Amino acid sequence: MSFFGFGQSADIDIVLNDGETRKKAEHRSEDGRKDKYFLFYDGETVSGKVNVTLKYPGKRLEHNGIKIEFIGQIEMYYDRGNHHEFVSLVKDLARPGELTQSQTFDFEFTHVEKPYESYTGQNVKLRYFLRATVGRRLNDISKELDIVVHTLSTYPEMNSSIKMEVGIEDCLHIEFEYNKSKYHLKDVIVGKIYFLLVRIKIKHMEIDIIKRETTGTGPNVYHENDTIAKYEIMDGAPVRGESIPIRLFLAGYELTPTMRDINKKFSVRYYLNLVLIDEEERRYFKQQEITLWRKGDIVRKSMSHQAAIASQRFEGGSNPEKSYSQNTEEDAS
Amino acid sequence: MSDPVVADTRRLNSKPQDLTDAYGPPSNFLEIDVYDPQIVGVGRSRYTTYEVRMRTNLPIFKLKDSCVRRRYSDFEWLKNELERDSKIVVPPLPGKALKRQLPFRSDEGLFDESFIEERRSGLEQFINRIAGHPLAQNERCLHMFLQEETIDRNYIPGKELACPG
Repeated sequence: MSFFGFGQSADIDIVLNDGETRKKAEHRSEDGRKDKYFLFYDGETVSGKVNVTLKYPGKRLEHNGIKIEFIGQIEMYYDRGNHHEFVSLVKDLARPGELTQSQTFDFEFTHVEKPYESYTGQNVKLRYFLRATVGRRLNDISKELDIVVHTLSTYPEMNSSIKMEVGIEDCLHIEFEYNKSKYHLKDVIVGKIYFLLVRIKIKHMEIDIIKRETTGTGPNVYHENDTIAKYEIMDGAPVRGESIPIRLFLAGYELTPTMRDINKKFSVRYYLNLVLIDEEERRYFKQQEITLWRKGDIVRKSMSHQAAIASQRFEGGSNPEKSYSQNTEEDAS
Repeated sequence: MSDPVVADTRRLNSKPQDLTDAYGPPSNFLEIDVYDPQIVGVGRSRYTTYEVRMRTNLPIFKLKDSCVRRRYSDFEWLKNELERDSKIVVPPLPGKALKRQLPFRSDEGLFDESFIEERRSGLEQFINRIAGHPLAQNERCLHMFLQEETIDRNYIPGKELACPG
């Protein structure tokens, strides 16, 4: 509410020092829109400037201090008032006083820990943002700048295939196999289904990717299941001894890395659900959890094109499943 | 040489059972208790819920120890789902007791202690018979009834393919 004379007398905006060169990533917001935000990784420095612009150049701006915060927080939709901050850094830019003219303040949060990936889900949101505040007697003036954080992993050392024989006594026996248990977000699920016994009339078979978001703890655990993909792998009735191949490209779907018990507040897990449907619309299914991880795209300036492609494939090494800091500027030196 | 006309009644040779086998847990353990009836709600919309606790070591059940609250209509729902989808002959539930829901009774109707006890015992028998049946164990509705906090009536019915026992 702003009466004449009580309106906001200054504008704040936050500008990053590497705003021109830093990559942006798309992130879906709560209302479903896809926006682009600056992309950061764990350990990277967040630095920039806060511009405080006075609206009425002659008029002084009295304030109780100017500060900038870097915040990482988890927000449960059913409990909006309570934000769980897991990263909270603050830098004071100016002591209480007054501004006689527009001013710019530099800030730097060095090597900031960003342990979790940004996530906007059905019941929970994890976000990182900068917030600049000019403290005032009645109403603070503040501005937020959201950023997106990705957590990266390398090729896991242990990545066994999933292979099982399952069925229903005297009715249907199959052996299914998926080539890995841990897939990166642009990976391909390669596998097959082998029919050992078929005594029902199968109409078709599909693989679904199910995302399960779990919020809350103890008796208040809530699971939200969402079928991200349905991919038909067989149409028609198989016979005993028949083998059906599976080739499912993950890059086409909106997936996040598997997130387990983030700050003890929520989890996001993925399952492959193999579903067979018979002529009477009866469904037979087998659900299996898979782990999804995010592979880094590393392209070093000093490398040739070929070397860059090779490094994208084999960027593994001695640290399996550990997220590492990624700063292409540093690496190129 | 044994006489072919007389049946061979010799005892079979078997290893003496060792103590861990004799006193260890059974390999097929499934026990469901229906207990602790509680009356929920007020006035005309009151109903009774029961605690359904399952303890098992069968691999087909995800949780080896689970505890949920169910009411009579939840048991009815389970019976209907199994009758429609599975090939098993579903045992009967204790009666629906419609007469007890009419007013002007000399006892407490649906909330009469001895009636609740009779119903509790019938429900316990019902669920134990069903849960032990391998064909019922394949049904998604049974797992949801026994091991999930709430029953999602809009669920997609299906049979879970399981590892051979």
